[in-house]
Amino acid sequence: MSEPTKAPPAAAGRAATKKELPEHFKAYKHVWVFIEQERGQVHPVSWELMGAGRKLADKLKVDLAAVVIGPPGEAVQHAAAESFCYGADLAYIVSDDVLTDYRNEAYTKALTDVVNTFKPEILLLGATTLGRDLAGSVATTLLTGLTADCTELDVDADGSLAATRPTFGGSLLCTIYTLNYRPQMATVRPRVMPMPDRVEKPATRVIEHKLGLVEEDIVTKVLSFIPDRDSAKSNLAYADVVVAGGLGLGSPENFQLVKGLAAVLGAEFGCSRPLVQKGWVTSDRQIGQTGKTIRPKLYIAAGISGAIQHRVGVEGADLIVAINTDKNAPIFDFAHVGIVTDAIRLLPALTEAFRARLSPHSRDRIAS
Amino acid sequence: MHIVVCIKQVPDSAQIRVHPVTNTIMRQGVPTIINPYDLFALEAALQLRDKFGGEVTVLTMGPPSAEDSLRRALTYGADRAVLLTDRFFAGADTLATTYALATAIRKISETFGAPDIVFTGKQTIDGDTAQVGPGIAKRLGLLQLTYVAKINEVDPAARTIEAERRSEGGVQVLKTKLPCLVTMLEATNEIRRGAMADALRAARAQIVTWSAKDAGVEDISKCGLKGSPTIVKRVFAPSARAEKATIVDFSNRAPADALIEELFKRQPKLEAELTTSAHGF
Repeated sequence: MSEPTKAPPAAAGRAATKKELPEHFKAYKHVWVFIEQERGQVHPVSWELMGAGRKLADKLKVDLAAVVIGPPGEAVQHAAAESFCYGADLAYIVSDDVLTDYRNEAYTKALTDVVNTFKPEILLLGATTLGRDLAGSVATTLLTGLTADCTELDVDADGSLAATRPTFGGSLLCTIYTLNYRPQMATVRPRVMPMPDRVEKPATRVIEHKLGLVEEDIVTKVLSFIPDRDSAKSNLAYADVVVAGGLGLGSPENFQLVKGLAAVLGAEFGCSRPLVQKGWVTSDRQIGQTGKTIRPKLYIAAGISGAIQHRVGVEGADLIVAINTDKNAPIFDFAHVGIVTDAIRLLPALTEAFRARLSPHSRDRIAS
Repeated sequence: MHIVVCIKQVPDSAQIRVHPVTNTIMRQGVPTIINPYDLFALEAALQLRDKFGGEVTVLTMGPPSAEDSLRRALTYGADRAVLLTDRFFAGADTLATTYALATAIRKISETFGAPDIVFTGKQTIDGDTAQVGPGIAKRLGLLQLTYVAKINEVDPAARTIEAERRSEGGVQVLKTKLPCLVTMLEATNEIRRGAMADALRAARAQIVTWSAKDAGVEDISKCGLKGSPTIVKRVFAPSARAEKATIVDFSNRAPADALIEELFKRQPKLEAELTTSAHGF
């Protein structure tokens, strides 16, 4: 497994600090995606990452591997088999009874051990509460770089991972490299990458790895798990239609106008960051870099100026509609359709117009 | 009980402006605040101290001006403030930051007593990585509880802590041993106003100020830019979409009708889809 020698890249600026990759890292090859599964369910962000990972692996001409960690049994085997349908060339499984519930100690050891044994050059994880908890511990254990919440992943000419993410509180973007350490680690939030198509494929290369921990080794115990009562809470990220409001609404009372339109459209409602900071709307409704990333068919943004941290959370939408009084607002730079008017006046009219148009009678009209 | 709370002084991001030509951050005149997420950690620490007695030490790494945030933390009722400041720390990424903070916490441990709990906020509003808490825990060999919504019970005699941790789709109730590191979720408490006596004490308090050497840093190459495996190669503003937004003209009709017309003209399938989603078929 010798790495072909590559010409040093034309360095510029701080990239000039780049040295040759240390010898012991040269064996690090292939792109890995951590498959997040809990209570038998694979988090969809894992398949989204497989799509992104496949592109990186193809560019690097290396394998894409899925890493599944969990309890022995059907769920983990199934997750590994599914990973082949989302583009995996091989899958690693670490299964053990102590991995039944997510616990940092056991999962950190599991993932760190497979990395040290099989040596990937790139390791991607979902930026969920689990993924972020795990990624921070694994990267620190391996003493390597970790770039959080990336919005774009690419491989540059010399084979380095170029991870782009918002910076300075979401007012600019930056591209980050992990030059002399391996693996290069990155997390990506759910819905940032498109869901790849599932293509039926047989599971070919599955490699099982032993954990080597017993329950007595693990200090933290899970006493119980309380599922969220309001499961609709988490639907925002995966909704087909989303209506959101921003500071342009002027008052918390006016946020009802957003909810009203959302109700008529059968949509989820959301808001920009300032409304959460002001306490007008709860944080689970926040859309943007630090809130939810959405990819709906239709996104209507009312009174939202469109700061970068908001933009990166909505850019995957098929159709972005902006309502804003300021024709120079940055949201018009990335919206598909804009209307320069006061959202407070337009929203009630829009709600009524949609209600009339989408009523069952008008549906008959379309059908005829 | 000794509790260490790590805080960060951050620019008030609501007021950050980007220079339209050079795409650089215009820092002049931007007020700084304690990272808002850290206040939930600080309040949680103060509540435990009030219940069990002991001390709360706040720790920050930053420029000398970060002293402002430490004094603010003292006005809320923290007992001691430690400022870790040195030019060697400049340019640190999360890995280098955790090296410096973990080293300082060891020094705090030697100097003022070993902490039972180290608190951090969930993440910062300028970096947004949520990596520093887990990184400190790993370096100090502490157990970690991240995204904690509620601390149910701390038993200082049995050396245990039970907490509710936010996870995907629900809440995990976890029990682990002290010492540990806790990252607090937002909106889990409200920072107290602070007593007048604390404000007076804060104004006069001696801030413990340590350089890298004072804090016991042995390997300066693990700090700051040098100790950071990641490097930022490029900072930029995203460009506008190549195709300009269609601005709806409503000069001679109702704006709502004009907008809906434009939407359905662009995406003819949308009307049928919306009719379905609107009526739940």
